[in-house]
Amino acid sequence: MSQVQATRKRVLPGFGLTMGYSVLYLSLVVLVPLSALLLNSTGLTWEKFWDVATDVRVLASYKVSFLCAAAAALVDLFLGLLIAWVLVRYEFPGKRIFDAVIDLPFALPTAVAGVALTALYAQNGWIGSLFEPLGWKMAYSQTGITLALMFIGIPFVVRTVQPVLEEMDKGEEEVAATLGAGRWRTFRSVILPELIPPLLTGFALAFARGIGEYGSVVFISGNMPMKTEIAPLLIMSKLEQNDYAGATAVALMLLVISFVLLFVINSIQRWSRRRAF
Amino acid sequence: MKRKWKSGLILGLSLVLTIMLSACGASKGGTQADGSSAAGSKDVELLNVSYDPTRELYEAYNKAFAAHWEKEKGQKVTIKQSHGGSGKQSRSVQDGLDADVVTLALGYDIDALQDKGLVKEGWQDKYEHNSSPYTSTIVLLVRKGNPKGIKDWDDLVRGDVQVITPNPKTSGGARWNYLAAWAYALKKNNNDEAKAQQFVQELYKHVPVLDSGARGATTTFVERGIGDVLIAWENEALLSVKELGADKFDIVYPSISILAEPPVAIVDKVVDKKGTREVADAYLKYLYSEEGQTIAAENYYRPTLDSVKAKFKDQFPKMELVTLKDVFGTWKETQQKHFSDKGIFDQIYVPGS
Repeated sequence: MSQVQATRKRVLPGFGLTMGYSVLYLSLVVLVPLSALLLNSTGLTWEKFWDVATDVRVLASYKVSFLCAAAAALVDLFLGLLIAWVLVRYEFPGKRIFDAVIDLPFALPTAVAGVALTALYAQNGWIGSLFEPLGWKMAYSQTGITLALMFIGIPFVVRTVQPVLEEMDKGEEEVAATLGAGRWRTFRSVILPELIPPLLTGFALAFARGIGEYGSVVFISGNMPMKTEIAPLLIMSKLEQNDYAGATAVALMLLVISFVLLFVINSIQRWSRRRAF
Repeated sequence: MKRKWKSGLILGLSLVLTIMLSACGASKGGTQADGSSAAGSKDVELLNVSYDPTRELYEAYNKAFAAHWEKEKGQKVTIKQSHGGSGKQSRSVQDGLDADVVTLALGYDIDALQDKGLVKEGWQDKYEHNSSPYTSTIVLLVRKGNPKGIKDWDDLVRGDVQVITPNPKTSGGARWNYLAAWAYALKKNNNDEAKAQQFVQELYKHVPVLDSGARGATTTFVERGIGDVLIAWENEALLSVKELGADKFDIVYPSISILAEPPVAIVDKVVDKKGTREVADAYLKYLYSEEGQTIAAENYYRPTLDSVKAKFKDQFPKMELVTLKDVFGTWKETQQKHFSDKGIFDQIYVPGS
C-alpha cells in the first residue's frame, strides 16, 4: 500500500538517496570548507574584522578586482556572443579546431597564461611594444589585469551562448523575414531576447571567475599597492605573515560582495527568462 | 518494509565507500614517508623543506650527504626535497607536512614553527653562526656597461632610475632587500630613523613593478627588460650572470649591505615521532663540513668555514655587511615594525604619507 503511494508522489524514484548524496557531497566539497573559512575569521572581534576588511589598501584592491572583473566580463559578453555566432552560423575550414581552442583557457594553468600574456604585452613584447609609443601601458596596469581576466573568462560566455544558438528555431526567423523584418530587426526582436538569459549567465560566470583570479593576474598586474593590487594578492600577503584571521576577513568580505552581486545578476536573469518565454 | 531495508543498506554501503575513498586519499598524500621507511628497516628517509633558490644546492648536497652517511654508519638515507616560497613552505609544515628539517630564507618563518610547538625554543643557537651554515648578501644587478652609472644605494633614488624588487609582504627574500636599503640609510644618516624611512619610501617610488616573488622580479628585469637595476640576493645575481651570459649584466657591490642569513632547523616534533633525530642532526651539521661548505660556495652562497672562504675569495668580494641582530634586533621585532599590517612598508603606500 505504502509502496504505491511512494511511487505516485514523485516522477522519478530514489529521491531520498540522490538528495542524500547531493547534500553529502555538496557539504564535503563546498559547505564545510566555507564554514571552515568562517571559523578561521572568528579569531577576530567584529571591530577588528571591520578594521581589516575596510582598510584603505584593501578597499582599493576590491575596487581594482571588481572593476577589472566587470570590465573583462563585459568585453567577453560581446566578444563571446560574436564568437558563438560565428561558430554556430557559419561553416569555414578549421572550424573544429577553432571550436576546441575556445576551451583552452579552462585547461591552461592560469599562471602560465599570466606569464605568456605578460611576455606579449610588456613594453618589449610583441603587442606591448606597438602600444608603448602611443603612451598606452598594457602590462603592469589595470589594462593588463583586464586583459588577463578577459582571457580567463571568455569560454564561459561562448559555452553558455553556443547551445542556445544552436537549438534556436530557424522557422521563427523565417517568419520574421516574411513579415517584412530586416536582418537587424530580426536579430533584435527575435534572436536577442532568447539569448539574454544565457548571456547573463555567461557574464555572471566570467565576472565571478575574474574576482577570484590570482595566478594569471599577479604576473601581469605589477602588484602596485593602491593601483594594481588585487584583493586575492592581499589575502596571500596576509597569509605570508601567518595572519590567517586577517586573510579570511578579506576573503569573507570578497565572498559577501560577490554573493550579493551574483544574486542580483541571477535575479535579473530569472526575470528576463520569464519574460522571454 | 523490505524496500526500506534495501535502500538503507545501499545508503550505508555508499557511506562506507565514501569514507574509505577519502581515507585512501589521505594516506596516499600524507604519510608516504612512513610507508617506505617501514619497507626496509635499515633505510631511512628525510624530508628537507626549503625555499626556492636552494634547489640546485640541495640536489648536490643530498647526494654528498647520502654517500657520507652510508660510509659512516652503513645506513642508506634518501632525502626528499620540497621547494617553494619561504613563507608558504613554513605554512605547509605548520599545517602538517612531515618535514624533518627546514632550511628557509628567514628566521621569522622558523619562529612561526616554534610558535606552533613544532620547533623547540632556542633553535637559532643550536648550530654555529645563528644556525646559518651559509650566508648571502644583497647586491645590485645592472645592465651590461652600467648605462645609468649605478654605484651605490644612493643612485637608486636618482632621477629616472627604475628599480626592480619584489614585494616584501609576499616574498621573504624581498624583506632582506628592504632591510639592506634601510641599513644603508641608517648608517649614512647617523642612525636617524626618520631619514632612513624617507630614503626607503623614495626608493619604492622608483619601483614600477612589485612582483610577488624573487624569481618573478628577476624575470621582469631580465626577460621583460624593465628597470635599470635589480635588487637581488648575491647567489641569484651570480646565477643570472652565469646562466644568461656575462655579456648582458654586471653586478654592482654597494658600499654597505646586509648579511642575509638563511637559517636551518630540525623540526623536533616530527623527528621525535619518526625517530629520525640522529640522522637529521647529522644532515644539518654536515652542512658546516668542508664538503658541505664547498657545495654551498659552488652554488653561490657565501661559506662560513674559513678554509672554504679562502678558496672562493675571488667569487665573493669583501663587503661591509651588517647583521640583522646589530641593526634591527630579532625577526619578530623587525616583522612587527616594518612588514606587518600598517607597518612602515604599508605606510609607504598609503596616500598622504
